[in-house]
Amino acid sequence: MRKFYTLLSREVRSYLHSPIAYIVLVFFLIVSGIDFYFQVSFMNQRQVQYTAQEAFFNSVFFWFAFVLIFPLITMRLFAEEFKLGTIEPLTTVPVRDWQVILSKFFGALIFYIILWIPTLLYFAVFLKITHQPAAHSAGAYCGSYLMLLLLGMFYVSIGCLTSVLTSNQIIAAVISFCAITLLFFLGLVQFILLDVSSATRDLLGYFSAIEHMGTFSRGVIDTRPIVLYVSMTIVMLTLTYQAFQSRKWRL
Amino acid sequence: MIKVENLTKRYAGQPAIQDLNFEVGQGEIMGFLGPNGAGKTTTMRILASFMPPTSGRASIAGFDVFEQSLQARAHLGYMPENVPLYSDMRVTEYLNYRAALKGVQHRRVAERVGDVKELCGLKEVEKKLIGTLSKGYRQRVGLADALLHEPDLLILDEPTIGLDPNQIRQVRELIKNLGRQHTILLSTHILPEVEMTCSRVIIIHKGRIEACDTPENLLGKIRQAGGVVLEARVGNDNGAEELKKISGVRDVITDREDDWKRFSLRVESGVDVREEVFRLATDRHWAVRELTQRRATLEDVFVELTHPDVV
Repeated sequence: MRKFYTLLSREVRSYLHSPIAYIVLVFFLIVSGIDFYFQVSFMNQRQVQYTAQEAFFNSVFFWFAFVLIFPLITMRLFAEEFKLGTIEPLTTVPVRDWQVILSKFFGALIFYIILWIPTLLYFAVFLKITHQPAAHSAGAYCGSYLMLLLLGMFYVSIGCLTSVLTSNQIIAAVISFCAITLLFFLGLVQFILLDVSSATRDLLGYFSAIEHMGTFSRGVIDTRPIVLYVSMTIVMLTLTYQAFQSRKWRL
Repeated sequence: MIKVENLTKRYAGQPAIQDLNFEVGQGEIMGFLGPNGAGKTTTMRILASFMPPTSGRASIAGFDVFEQSLQARAHLGYMPENVPLYSDMRVTEYLNYRAALKGVQHRRVAERVGDVKELCGLKEVEKKLIGTLSKGYRQRVGLADALLHEPDLLILDEPTIGLDPNQIRQVRELIKNLGRQHTILLSTHILPEVEMTCSRVIIIHKGRIEACDTPENLLGKIRQAGGVVLEARVGNDNGAEELKKISGVRDVITDREDDWKRFSLRVESGVDVREEVFRLATDRHWAVRELTQRRATLEDVFVELTHPDVV
């Protein structure tokens, strides 16, 4: 456990040492800040049926920033170690492979959570200025942030997998960006392709991140997406583990 | 301490090492020699559990490097070629991190890190970022890292590459001292280094072991043990032709220095031709300003074994 903690703290610290982390942080804060501003000013101009909090988590801006951050925060995880050769000292000390993989996964996840912390301020500011809460209930906040965590876990694990497959960070980023975007659009199919059968649309609907976020941001905690994202994360991490172990295959 | 049996590694069908068999006993300093691409790094990487062999077995302190990799790794201090390090960490921070990964007890970390910094001369750069260090210091950080957990066995892949002569001397002394408590396997290109530090030498060429013996025995074994150097003014004579006629002389190489000529004679082992050369010189009235016997070095052994056509 101490070795895992050592690896994890090294991962988190390496984010704080890297310029790309700060670029992502600033980019993300700008985009999400503009998003929040737009949503609130839109609500000022006309009557709407949803709350500021729901609007914020379901806007186009939000999803745009959302799919973009994962390749940026996960591309270096393994690819950089392969490139610099630091994987050699790392895997020749008595540390298990799963400790390495989980430390990288949780390191990226912690950075992802750090990204979201400032957005809590938006709602605090909203309350301070308008004297109205941005959501119907505390459950809506919890639901939204829970869904953010679930999606984050899944997408970070996809990033882990693509990064372990190559020693080139750009390739890792491009593949994970494509995979995440495709998954995301899979959920849109039900709104776009109206001619496919309703069974197919329902099936694809189960994968729709937009739909899940819609439900959770209203404060409705549905167990099906929770099971989906947790199990998919486990699958991705297992694949990552296998790919990481492939250097030990006797060929 | 190290036991290697029929070790073979192929990369995409191309053999990098073939059927290696050797043992390194407790307390030995084993030198691992060979031209570039001979398979030294591959062998060391297999021993460090970085990659598996295609076939064959290797064990460290009785633990198979593949089946019982964690235990084997716990007994090993490994310094990889080119010493890859995290450039965003500071020296002390890095060593603390590595000590924790290697399972050094929490209360002993500060002591061990202090010790290896002292031993490897890293005190003056302890607060610097690794990315800003010179090659020599990076090399020492790698060595300090390998020593952190007081391993029984050290595997050092080219520990002196890229160092200046003073640093090489320091590292050599360090390795010699370490050899009192640790078993060491080190690879290098610098042959005098091996002669001075190693108790035994393996010469590997094209993935196969060509020789495995003490440096003294290796020197005795080669076909031509050293040679004779003659520097003389030979006038109009063809010095090289005359010298070749002496029995025991295999070959003569001539270097010109104005009207003085410098002849390097390769001689068969066990023959001393200096007297003959002197006699020839007096007969032909050559003016001689140098006549010396050159002792064979490990370099000759190395060249003979890995480049037979040169001899």
